[in-house]
Amino acid sequence: MSRILQTLALLVVLAGGMALPNLVELYTVYEVTVYVVMALLALSLAFIWGKGGIMCLGQASFFGLGAYAYAIAALNFGPGLLAVAIAISVPTLFAAILGYFMFYGRISDIYVGVITLAVSLILMNLVNSTSGPQYRIGAAQLGGFNGITGIPTLAWPNGTPLDPAALFRLSLTLLVGCFAAISLYLRSRAGKVVIAIRENEYRAELLGYNVALSKLVTFSAGGALAGLAGCLFANWGAFVSPTVFALVQSAQIIIWVIVGGRGTLIGPILGCIALQWATTQLGTQQTIQVNLVLGLVLTFFVLVVPAGIAPLLAKCARAVTPSRSRITAKEKQA
Amino acid sequence: MNGEVILKAEGLGISFGGVHAVKAVDFELRAGELRCLIGPNGAGKTTFFRLLSGQHKPTRGTVTFKGQTLTSLLPYQISRLGIGIKTQVPSLFEDMTVAENLELAVPHGVHARDIPHRVAEVLERIGLADLRDRPCAELAHGQRQWVELGQILASRPAVALLDEPAAGMTHIESVKTVEIIRDITRYSAVIVVEHDMDFIRMIGDRVTVFEQGEVIAEGSFQQVAQDPQVRAAYLGRKETTDA
Ligand SMILES: Nc1ncnc2c1ncn2[C@@H]1O[C@H](COP(=O)(O)OP(=O)(O)O)[C@@H](O)[C@H]1O
Ligand SMILES: [Mg+2]
Repeated sequence: MSRILQTLALLVVLAGGMALPNLVELYTVYEVTVYVVMALLALSLAFIWGKGGIMCLGQASFFGLGAYAYAIAALNFGPGLLAVAIAISVPTLFAAILGYFMFYGRISDIYVGVITLAVSLILMNLVNSTSGPQYRIGAAQLGGFNGITGIPTLAWPNGTPLDPAALFRLSLTLLVGCFAAISLYLRSRAGKVVIAIRENEYRAELLGYNVALSKLVTFSAGGALAGLAGCLFANWGAFVSPTVFALVQSAQIIIWVIVGGRGTLIGPILGCIALQWATTQLGTQQTIQVNLVLGLVLTFFVLVVPAGIAPLLAKCARAVTPSRSRITAKEKQA
Repeated sequence: MNGEVILKAEGLGISFGGVHAVKAVDFELRAGELRCLIGPNGAGKTTFFRLLSGQHKPTRGTVTFKGQTLTSLLPYQISRLGIGIKTQVPSLFEDMTVAENLELAVPHGVHARDIPHRVAEVLERIGLADLRDRPCAELAHGQRQWVELGQILASRPAVALLDEPAAGMTHIESVKTVEIIRDITRYSAVIVVEHDMDFIRMIGDRVTVFEQGEVIAEGSFQQVAQDPQVRAAYLGRKETTDA
């Protein structure tokens, strides 16, 4: 039942999204596109941290690598599918190598957090220090802290670039598609193992599951998703700079996940969109500092609603329309 | 007696710093056997299980399972070969339901189509069919122990290591636990660690006695109970304190 509802909801969102560019101004479409792209990034952390229990504090690494890889590939090989494939492969491979050392090395969760964070900062410093003209990859000038400008937008096979409406539709389709794919995967046997490892790694291992390999796959998939988001981001702004690797960026993703509800997939997506919208609204006025507000919001959620928005909404919904299965379970007990 | 030897430890031992938790144990388990492992607290029973299941690498000696040396394998590989363990401290997937906990224990080889049937059968045997959709975190202590035993039933390992499966249970619960262990022996050779003498009597099979990391006696319950060394080390004291 809830599965049918979920599928319906996804289809409605998708259909509404497809129609949106016909209903609102172009500028709004442009603005909403970045929400959707960031939601994909939020989804990547919701998957590996919320579902997989891998505390990645540097999810921005893969986002940034995806954005840079797309920029460099598109400038060299043209803005086609090859550039997209490279934009996804580079962060995936990077996550796989990093994950191999972390998970096969059996380092503790807290060190996974520290290492992933450190890696994102190293990447930022590396890219920051590429300002000289000698730092170029083929036709792409890396540009140091100025970043890369004039990134060609993804083009249709006939060579015409995607217009903002098409980029929005593509981003939304990818978000909905990835959400559906992860949801399906988590219902499969391999997906249940991902959650089982989060719950109790020790027991999972004793039941014969290759914990290191499973984490490696989860982490790499998360890297791929974040990389895809980065690729779309580079397309959206036609610009990428080292700030994509910044601490603020990684922190923001974590805040989306915590506020939205760690442990759910939809929560972080909602959290991401809500907070970005709020940030944009606050950005239009000068009196209050945006980061201060974000910090307060995070503190409020950690202290008052630690489970996040989505579980809270689910609880409210259940309180209004008590689900039958719960009641019968309780009645059976009585 | 039973089948051929499937699990064999030779000179098996481990030391933690200066503590020789398990010294140099020679041990054999035959297919179909139900073996009790007793011994005072700190005798090294849990550590011995950890060595058999690959959670500790031995300092000396070897473990052979169906002719294969296990010493270099990881716990998940040993589990896949067919050695299952119920740990002393129950260790479950807390936020997952009872049914999911059992489902995850069904080995890879079993066809997806047959998993629900296997789970239903185990739920019936451990008597938790009514609680199948409850998260394990909500279960009582005894029920949690049964879920772990249920995981063994669901996985049907060739060898099942059960570390204190009746710890903290009432007498009635223990009786049910003995029944579950009998069920387990239908598919698995079993080693049970237990403190409670009544429980050992109920199982009434071959007994191995551990003390200070060594096997000090082995035989039927009667034989072992009469061994003066065992009485001195364990039974006498235990019987009086347990009463
Ligand atoms: N990881 C460890 N590090 C140090 N000493 C340990 C470790 N594990 C067990 N021991 C010691 O080994 C001895 C045997 O412990 P254990 O196997 O738990 O006994 P039992 O299960 O028979 O009660 C104890 O003295 C214990 O303190
Ligand atoms: Mg013990």
